[in-house]
Amino acid sequence: MTDGQTPDVIIRVKDLRKVYHVGDVDVHALRGANLDVRRGEFLAVIGPSGSGKSTLFHILGGLAPPTSGQVIIDGTDLSHMSDTERTEMRQRKVGFVFQKYNLLPTLSARDNIEMARALAGYPPQPSNFDEILSMLNIKQRLNHKPRALSGGEQQRVAIARALANEPAILLADEPTGNLDTENSNAVLEILRYLNQKTGQTIMMITHNPEAAAFADRTVAIRDGVIHEG
Amino acid sequence: MINKLVIENLRHRWVRTLLSALVVGVQVMSILTLIGLSRGMLNDAAERARGTGADIFIKPGASFTFASGQMNQKYVDFIRKQPHVTHVVGVLMQPVQTVLSINGVNIPEFRKISPEFQFEQGGPPANPEGIIVDEYYAREHRLHVGQTLNLLNHNWTVSGIVRGGVLARLMVDLSRLQDLTANTGRISQIMVKLDDPARTKEMVEHFNQLLAGTATAISVSDFVSQFSINNLPALQAFIWVVVALAVVVGFLVVFLSMYTAVIERTREIGILKALGAKPGTVVGILVREALVLAIVGWIIGLLLSFGAKALIMGVVPASLQVMNVPSWWPIAAAIAIGGALLGAIYPGMKAARQDAIEALAYD
Ligand SMILES: Nc1ncnc2c1ncn2[C@@H]1O[C@H](COP(=O)(O)OP(=O)(O)O)[C@@H](O)[C@H]1O
Ligand SMILES: [Mg+2]
Repeated sequence: MTDGQTPDVIIRVKDLRKVYHVGDVDVHALRGANLDVRRGEFLAVIGPSGSGKSTLFHILGGLAPPTSGQVIIDGTDLSHMSDTERTEMRQRKVGFVFQKYNLLPTLSARDNIEMARALAGYPPQPSNFDEILSMLNIKQRLNHKPRALSGGEQQRVAIARALANEPAILLADEPTGNLDTENSNAVLEILRYLNQKTGQTIMMITHNPEAAAFADRTVAIRDGVIHEG
Repeated sequence: MINKLVIENLRHRWVRTLLSALVVGVQVMSILTLIGLSRGMLNDAAERARGTGADIFIKPGASFTFASGQMNQKYVDFIRKQPHVTHVVGVLMQPVQTVLSINGVNIPEFRKISPEFQFEQGGPPANPEGIIVDEYYAREHRLHVGQTLNLLNHNWTVSGIVRGGVLARLMVDLSRLQDLTANTGRISQIMVKLDDPARTKEMVEHFNQLLAGTATAISVSDFVSQFSINNLPALQAFIWVVVALAVVVGFLVVFLSMYTAVIERTREIGILKALGAKPGTVVGILVREALVLAIVGWIIGLLLSFGAKALIMGVVPASLQVMNVPSWWPIAAAIAIGGALLGAIYPGMKAARQDAIEALAYD
């Protein structure tokens, strides 16, 4: 692996900085963040609102470029990637789960999942996917459009979509932020089970310590800097 | 899967989809109907000239124009004496109503040269007050044999209805029309039948030498070939204006439809981008949606043009004639698609440039 990185480190963040320019003002969202995540780890990132959690999520997911610093995901250095390279990375290396589910409203649950595969250029339905659908308990709901699904169901479909391309990492930004306690717990259980059963690396962002408790490890982010929990 | 998304998106806003396609369809119909009318009217005039069965026409004046002048009926006897001439029939043409003319001929003589002159109902007039109308005129004016028809301030009795495509829609006795319009001894055109059609070219030259500029002969086939849109620059220009208008309207409708769709679907575009859709993929989705609008619009336009044709041919076939012109179907499709693609460019670019994070934050 590059940079003498140990083989089981799947995410390495070194001195990561992100500055947003808003008019004449510079907003320093990340101010030298450092983080290592091991392959197969379920990590929670906790921090107050405005601390830079979503910014970190966007950079790790290849949705935004870093201002400076190093980000390596599964052996690939993101720091100097072009837009096109980041797009390709999003297709195959990361799976996103958002607070607002973000399913395509005109497509059925099944087609939402297939869309992720189609965009990556994969054929529909990987062989082991049935198991994941069973685990998520959405098999009977696949022909419904999102608006016919409950919040919890929509989020589980979103998780299935995020997993459709067997990503190296699953990134979840406040995945339970819109759910009641029962549905939150169900989603968190699923994430933990998925992690234990398949070894899926998961990084979950939350401001809720109870949610963070489901993870193997928790780090805290404050003012754009990461502290080991 | 992308195609499924395209279809589902269009279905989701089906009212707008249908309206946009309808507007494109109306444009397509305008083009096809205009072309169909142009061809239909020209073809009808050509058919009626051909249907006379004559080989050569002679008109007054030094050159052969569409304008109608008159000449002395004595020319008829003069031409009849020429070699190879078997029949000569003089016609007097009098305009009635806007696009029609009533033609005076010696009907028994004319029947000898025109094998296509056939009665669907009734027969030739028994007296000079009779009039023969063609099927289209009869249909447009709901006429039957025996009915009275007032034209040129004169009451005519319909004696027969003939099949369309022969000489004129209204035919009466030559002398009666000459007297009625103070044109005694005068005619507008002479129809000549030869013993051998192969001599047509030779005889046209012969007549033109004899007539020395007082009148002009032309073969019927040359005359008919003049009935082409190419000889009508004003009509051609009008067709181009309608085509340009169709492109502009198609562009505007698709532009508006797609632009609204892009604004409405900001979040969905963000989702697609987060899932790894390339800018080209996003543009492709919008282009395909626009293409579907254009193609559905084209089909609607095609159906509407059949409807317009049926309506015109059913109600005013004497005044207007419409033909199906299948060679223009692909042209109309290209026009619809061209307008739609133009309309999809800017919304497509806007969607492709959309920032995924901002789009996902959008409510
Ligand atoms: N697109 C942006 N433009 C300008 N400032 C931003 C943008 N996104 C985030 N910020 C700012 O960066 C800081 C970190 O934001 P964010 O990463 O969203 O934090 P969190 O997700 O922890 O609430 C905040 O001060 C926020 O206002
Ligand atoms: Mg946030």
